[in-house]
Amino acid sequence: MMQKPEFPAFVFFMPLSSTAALVELRRLTFGYGERIILDDISLSVPRGKVTALLGASGGGKTTILRLIGGQIRAQTGQLLFDGQDVTPMNQEQIYAARRRMGMLFQFGALFADLSVFENVAFPLREHTDLPESLVRDIVLMKLNAVGLRGARDLMPSEVSGGMARRIALARAIALDPELVMYDEPFSGLDPISLGTAANLIRHLNDSLGLTSIFVSHELEQTFAIADHVIILANGKVAVQGTPDAVRSSTDPLVYQYVHALPDGPVRFDYPGATVEQDFGPAQAPAPLKSGAAA
Amino acid sequence: MSWYKPADVGFATRNWLANLGYGARLFIRLLATFGPSLKRFGLVRDQIHFLGNYSLVIIAISGLFVGFVFGLQGYYTLLRFGSTEALGQLVTFTLVRELGPVVTALLFAGRAGTSLTAEIGLMKAGEQISVMEMMAVDPIQRVLAPRFWGGVIAMPLLAAVFSAMGVIGGWVVGVLMIGIDAGSFWSQIQGSVDVWRDVGNGIIKSIVFGFTVTFIALLQGYQSQPTPEGVASATTRTVVVASLAVLGLDFILTAMMFTK
Repeated sequence: MMQKPEFPAFVFFMPLSSTAALVELRRLTFGYGERIILDDISLSVPRGKVTALLGASGGGKTTILRLIGGQIRAQTGQLLFDGQDVTPMNQEQIYAARRRMGMLFQFGALFADLSVFENVAFPLREHTDLPESLVRDIVLMKLNAVGLRGARDLMPSEVSGGMARRIALARAIALDPELVMYDEPFSGLDPISLGTAANLIRHLNDSLGLTSIFVSHELEQTFAIADHVIILANGKVAVQGTPDAVRSSTDPLVYQYVHALPDGPVRFDYPGATVEQDFGPAQAPAPLKSGAAA
Repeated sequence: MSWYKPADVGFATRNWLANLGYGARLFIRLLATFGPSLKRFGLVRDQIHFLGNYSLVIIAISGLFVGFVFGLQGYYTLLRFGSTEALGQLVTFTLVRELGPVVTALLFAGRAGTSLTAEIGLMKAGEQISVMEMMAVDPIQRVLAPRFWGGVIAMPLLAAVFSAMGVIGGWVVGVLMIGIDAGSFWSQIQGSVDVWRDVGNGIIKSIVFGFTVTFIALLQGYQSQPTPEGVASATTRTVVVASLAVLGLDFILTAMMFTK
C-alpha cells in the first residue's frame, strides 16, 4: 500500500492564517436541560481529510454535526469553523458560514414536491443568479459525480433510499462547500449501495478538495475510508487518531467498540434490580417427579 | 394538570403566554416578508393557484346550494309579510355581508388550511425544513411566506365567487323556479346594496379571515410535532382554532361595521 503524505499538497498554498483543523471543538459542553450530551469535549477535524465520528447510539455524534451547523448552540466552550467561533453568531453570520458547508441528512430529506433535477438546483437558485443553462450544466455535473445523471427527471418518491442519499449528496455539494457533513450515510443500505456510498465519500473528498465528517456505525467501511477516527463515549472523546491507532487502542471501551463485544465497559444489562432481587436466591432445581405423568 | 395546584396553573399559564408570544412573533415576521415575496412573486402565484384554484369547485358549489336554500327559505318567510319581491335584497345582504366571507373562510380552513398544515408538518417530519436551514435558506421566507400571501390573496377572491354563486342560486330558485318577477329581484338588489357599506365591508372581512385562517394553518404546521400523531393533531387543531377564530372575529367585525 502506498504511503499517504501527511498533508495534501494544496495545504502548502493556503494562506498562513488557516490552521490544519477546519473545525475545532474546545472544551465544549452541550446538554438538553439536566441531561448532558457532550461533556467538556475537545476535538479537531483536520482540513482536507475524511474524519469519522463513531460511538454508541445517543452518544452525541449527530449533535456535533448540528452544533457545527449552528442549528443548536453549546452552553459553554468554543466551536471554531475555519478559526471563527460559531456559538455566538447571529442568524446572518451563521447563514454565511452555512453556505460554506453541505450537510447530508440520514434519509436524504429531499424536497418531495421537486424533481431530482430541481432538488439539486435548489441551492443554486436560492443563492445565485446564474443563467438557466449554467444551472443545468452544474446540476448535471453534480448528478454525474454521484452516478445519477440519468435520474434527473424522477421524483423523490420514485427513487430508492440509497439513491435518495446520493441525490441529497449532489445537492449538498452543489455550491462547492469546503466542509461536507454526513449523518449516518450507511444506515439501512444494502452491501452494494454501502460500498458505493463509502467510495463516493472518499472520492468526492479527494477530487473536490473537501473536508468530510461522517457519523457511522459501520466499522469495516469506516476504517477503510477514514483518515481520522474519533470515538465518543459517555459524552467524552474516548480516542481520536488514525484508523490503525484507534484499532490498536488498549482502552477497554474502545476495545469493546472496535471489536463489537456485547458486554464490557458498556453494559449489556440495563441498570436496575439484580437477578437475585427479581427472582429470589439461586437454588438447586427441584427433582423431577417420575410418577406424576403416569 | 390540576386546577387546584398553583404550580400547575402557573406552568400552564406561562406555556400559554409563551405560545402566544411565539405566534405573535411569527405573524410579524410573516408580515415583514411582504417585500421579498413580491420580488419572487412566482412562488406566491403558484400558491394562489394551489390554494385558490383547487378550492374553487367546493366554494362555487357550496355557494350555489346556500343560494338555493336562501331563495327557498327567504321566499316562504317573505310570503308571510307579502313582500316576496324583496327576496333579491335578502339573499344578497346575507351573502355579501356575512355568509360569503364566513362560510368561505370555514370551507377554506377545511380544504386549504388542512393541506397547508399537513404539508408543512410533513416537511418538518421529513427534515426538509432542517435541510433548508442547513442550506442557509430561511424556511419562513421560502416556505411559509409564499403560502401566507397566497392564502391572503386567494380568500377574498373565493369569497367573491361564493357570494356571486349564492346570488345566482337565489335567482334560480326565486325567479326561475318560483316565478317572482326578475325585474324586481334585480332592481331591489341594485337599489339597496351599497358598494362601500355592504360589499366593501364584506371584502374587508374576507381579507381579515384570509390572514386569520392562513396564519393559523401555517402556525399549527410549523409548530407541530414531527411525528404522524403530531401532524394529525395539528391538522385537527387548524380546523378547530381557525373556525372558532373566524366566527368570533366575525361577530366583532359585524359589531364594528354594521351597528349604528
